[in-house]
Amino acid sequence: MEIDPFIFRLSIFILSIFVGYYVVWSVTPSLHTPLMSVTNAISSVIIVGAIIAALAGNNINVFETSNIFGFLAILLAAVNIFGGFLVTQRMLAMYKKKKKEK
Amino acid sequence: MSANLLAIFYLVSGVLFILALRGLSSPETSRQGNLYGIIGMALAIGVTVLSVGNFSTGFLYLILFLLVGGSIGAFIAFKIPMTAMPELVAGFHSLVGLAAVFVAISAFLNPNVFNLGIPGNIKIASLIEMSLGAAIGAITFTGSIIAFLKLRGLMSGSPITFFGQHYLNLLLGISLIGLIYFLCTTQSQNLFWSLIAISLLVGILLIIPIGGADMPVVISMLNSYSGWAAAGIGFTLENSALIITGALVGSSGAILSYIMCKGMNRSFFNVILGGWGATEESGNTSSKEQRPVKSGNSEDAAFLMKNASSVIIVPGYGMAVAQAQHALREMVDALKKNGVKVTYAIHPVAGRMPGHMNVLLAEANVPYDEVFELEEINNDFANCDVAYVIGANDVTNPIAKSDPQSPIYGMPILDVEKSKSVLFVKRSLSPGYAGIDNDLFYRDNTLMLFADAKKMTEDIIKSL
Repeated sequence: MEIDPFIFRLSIFILSIFVGYYVVWSVTPSLHTPLMSVTNAISSVIIVGAIIAALAGNNINVFETSNIFGFLAILLAAVNIFGGFLVTQRMLAMYKKKKKEK
Repeated sequence: MSANLLAIFYLVSGVLFILALRGLSSPETSRQGNLYGIIGMALAIGVTVLSVGNFSTGFLYLILFLLVGGSIGAFIAFKIPMTAMPELVAGFHSLVGLAAVFVAISAFLNPNVFNLGIPGNIKIASLIEMSLGAAIGAITFTGSIIAFLKLRGLMSGSPITFFGQHYLNLLLGISLIGLIYFLCTTQSQNLFWSLIAISLLVGILLIIPIGGADMPVVISMLNSYSGWAAAGIGFTLENSALIITGALVGSSGAILSYIMCKGMNRSFFNVILGGWGATEESGNTSSKEQRPVKSGNSEDAAFLMKNASSVIIVPGYGMAVAQAQHALREMVDALKKNGVKVTYAIHPVAGRMPGHMNVLLAEANVPYDEVFELEEINNDFANCDVAYVIGANDVTNPIAKSDPQSPIYGMPILDVEKSKSVLFVKRSLSPGYAGIDNDLFYRDNTLMLFADAKKMTEDIIKSL
């Protein structure tokens, strides 16, 4: 009897939820805003689906309807990836420890 | 590239994303964590492009769209003021949602490229997965747009409710399930479009009844949704990076929503089903008689604080609105020169998103080790000379501890009233978001400073 690959993916999914649960509880509350912006950036990994959708298919007609949706999704995800990581970087750079007054 | 190798790379990028979140456990490790996230993303994109192996015209367009999108994103990231962070995050969520919808549409129209079958005969499991991805994505999209408009002030922040709203939502929810069922049996394109259209509508209806100060819950919830949408698409595309990320983001948003709800002592459903002000027209409108308050000016405040040995600052959304964080830090610097010990106390739901106040204080160069969460600092109020409340209101209302009739009864609050004197910066005596009077205004140890938060703080600096 063979196990459906879906079950493997479901296992990954469930285990990741638990990993996420414990990892996120350990995030310090003062970094909750960067947490939101970085989760936003990484959820844009949906771009991999968009790339496949955009590039797959025949080479003659680049703009089949399904390709167009792929390209649009690439555009949206790219805004998020760059925007999300950079704004997180910008925020994190501001968190400083106490220093001697200048 | 073999499918196995590709899957391993996706797994690696999933692990890097976990490390990115792990890094946020402390500010020191956070920057490195962000770097892991960027590497994970670059890896996922790189191997995907290589695996498709199509370097014809389409590839050029890919680069073009990446660059255009990336430049827009980078431009926004550098230009956005820190006070606008909540609406920025809401806006970004909407993009993830829409991207999920587009990918789902693309997979529905051209399933062969994803090995899901042929149009008109898509595998049932895939069809369910992509319907869920598309539906949640669409809800995230319009929901986030509404949240964005409310946060940006382009739409009234007060709850919009109408008769039969909950029944309509219920009906739409049931019809979504029905549509997915019939979509699986008939594979009809029209049903797929209707599914998306109704989900878009649900997104709007879900967010309009939620009021301004409940936005921290809404943003966290939409954060969670964008994760589940990504996971749904991940199942469709059989991609482990997407599944792992979706699960991480989904649970992250869910935990944040939980923390925010707990900070208000309300259940998640209570928040979702409608605004505070709307459900209960405030318990104590009866006691509307004018009670005496003591009010003072900047000089009184400066005098009190200069002669104090410890001061606790309690910032809230009003500080963000008035952009008073920089003036506040200058005031604190001046106080420190006088030998006053100053710390900051942050309530979990202060501001419009989780951690909002912390970011603003960090922006104003306040060291993060002077900023404390509710549980850490609440006992210190009893020993502190002055509490300076700037822009916060409901989270300091002692009535939450004493009056079981009050809508905010049981909500954890900062014990500001225990400090020897309270300076409360506020423009007027108007009630806060919960629509109830703050008992703190009328306490003997409270001195009201009626002014704009920024202006008052600047005036105090002058008098110090």
